[in-house]
Amino acid sequence: MSQLPTPNFKLQTAGFRRQLAGRKRWGRVFAALCLLAAMVGLVVLAVLIVDVLAKSRGWLDWQFLTSFPSRKPEAAGVLSALAGSLWLVALTALFSFPVGLAAAIYLEEYAPSNWITTLIQTNIANLAGVPSIVYGLLGLGIFVRTLGLGRSLLAGALTMSLLVLPTIIIASREAIRAVPPSLRHASLALGGTRWQTVWHTVLPMAFPGILTGAILALSRAIGETAPLITIGALTYIAFLPDGPMSAFTVLPIQIFNWTSRPQADFRNLAAAGIVLLLVVLLSANALAILLRDRLQKRN
Amino acid sequence: MTVLTPVLSTPPLVGADADGHAAFDVRDLKFWYGPAPALKDITLQIPARQITAIIGPSGCGKSTFIRCFNRMNELVPGARVEGQILFHGQNLYAPAVDPVEVRRRIGMVFQKPNPFPQSIYDNIAYGPRLNGFKGNMDEFVERSLRQAVLWDEVKDKLRQNAYTLSGGQQQRLCIARALAVEPDAILMDEPCSALDPIATLKIEELMHELAVNYTIIIVTHNMQQAARVSDITAMMMLVDDHRTGTVIEVGETQTIFTRPKDKRTEDYVTGRFG
Repeated sequence: MSQLPTPNFKLQTAGFRRQLAGRKRWGRVFAALCLLAAMVGLVVLAVLIVDVLAKSRGWLDWQFLTSFPSRKPEAAGVLSALAGSLWLVALTALFSFPVGLAAAIYLEEYAPSNWITTLIQTNIANLAGVPSIVYGLLGLGIFVRTLGLGRSLLAGALTMSLLVLPTIIIASREAIRAVPPSLRHASLALGGTRWQTVWHTVLPMAFPGILTGAILALSRAIGETAPLITIGALTYIAFLPDGPMSAFTVLPIQIFNWTSRPQADFRNLAAAGIVLLLVVLLSANALAILLRDRLQKRN
Repeated sequence: MTVLTPVLSTPPLVGADADGHAAFDVRDLKFWYGPAPALKDITLQIPARQITAIIGPSGCGKSTFIRCFNRMNELVPGARVEGQILFHGQNLYAPAVDPVEVRRRIGMVFQKPNPFPQSIYDNIAYGPRLNGFKGNMDEFVERSLRQAVLWDEVKDKLRQNAYTLSGGQQQRLCIARALAVEPDAILMDEPCSALDPIATLKIEELMHELAVNYTIIIVTHNMQQAARVSDITAMMMLVDDHRTGTVIEVGETQTIFTRPKDKRTEDYVTGRFG
């Protein structure tokens, strides 16, 4: 490296240059450590995927997708669990999305700043951290027993809705808050009512973020097991759900069930189920990204 | 619900409407954000179809004051108003007056251009649609853009996003958008502070054209601008230990800039202050 002339440099230049090399070395070490930290998650995920893909080879086929569970591994399939998961997530979305969005709009656009609002906000933030098993117990107490919905898809979806509501509310609030106040002012200054401003200006701009948050929250519902076991979702279902009052099982429960069997073949079935679950989850996330980009372009 | 007195279309005496009212008659206005008074004891009249400039050092309450005219201040939690602002004789703060109607009748242009992230066309059509406009929207959009002297620059790209326009064009779009709800008065809160001198000049020319039909109030920290565009100038200052803003002098712009009565005004307009 050529040395710069130092007409005004009063510090000892040799010392400075040596020190500079040391400072840059530390910079590289730090960058390497950060890279290492970033790789941990990626490597673990890669190992997991390679492992389940290897185990599921030969098991993840059409027969697996179209068969009901069975005592014989070669005849067993995931059809009822897949159908149950799709039913459950659709119903959960139906209940949780409108309620969560409306709550977020209220808190961001309408709520006066008083102690009741603060109480609601603190509660929602805390609810997002409550263990899912607690929601399961709540669902068992309210939906299954008190309301008499039994071990139905409806009871499961309502329980799941409670579970994902805080996440949807928080994500929607973030998205709504990200809309610049200057645009609200523009709308109000044109003689828009508060509702018109929310509907025509705030929501169109916040919608991509709201949608992403909602889909990520629902992805969590697809993967949850504990609350559904608590409310008594079955592990052996040899029929397709025919409506919201039907008994059901879901993919994670089916996977859990298979992993606890003694025969090795069932563990391969579980691996196949995990691959399927990952595909469903990643498709949901891809859909979220796709929709978000689409809507953002339209704005 | 009290309906605001409509402005008659016949040209009245300079500075007064057909009933002899000023466009705005501010009477002993006081304003609070929470417990601290931000404005006090403001009494002045703002003539119709003229340009009134509000000047004064930073933080003296100019923006707070101009937002009292369309009740935008109420959006701040804890805001409180006392006193009256009569708009052609009707108190804007009377209990029966709906702020939504006030804002529809008294338009506003903000410090930074704030077009909606939509097409140029939809920006103009936004206000009319909110207010239930039934008619030929294409013609209406064209008319509004022509009023803001923007039509020739954008007529071939009405469907493009408004963010593709330059800052000065965006601000004229915001003026056109405000005109599209057919207001009676237009409030401008430092409309040129984010613009270069050429874009500023265009806005000032536009203001002169608009003042034929509209009452305009402009907040500006640029004294040359106030001297160039306005007919009337109101000088604001912080009083009471620099906590509360008030209007210390108001008069014809020429008088304010050449023979002000108040020593503080003289110091300010001659550049010896703030």
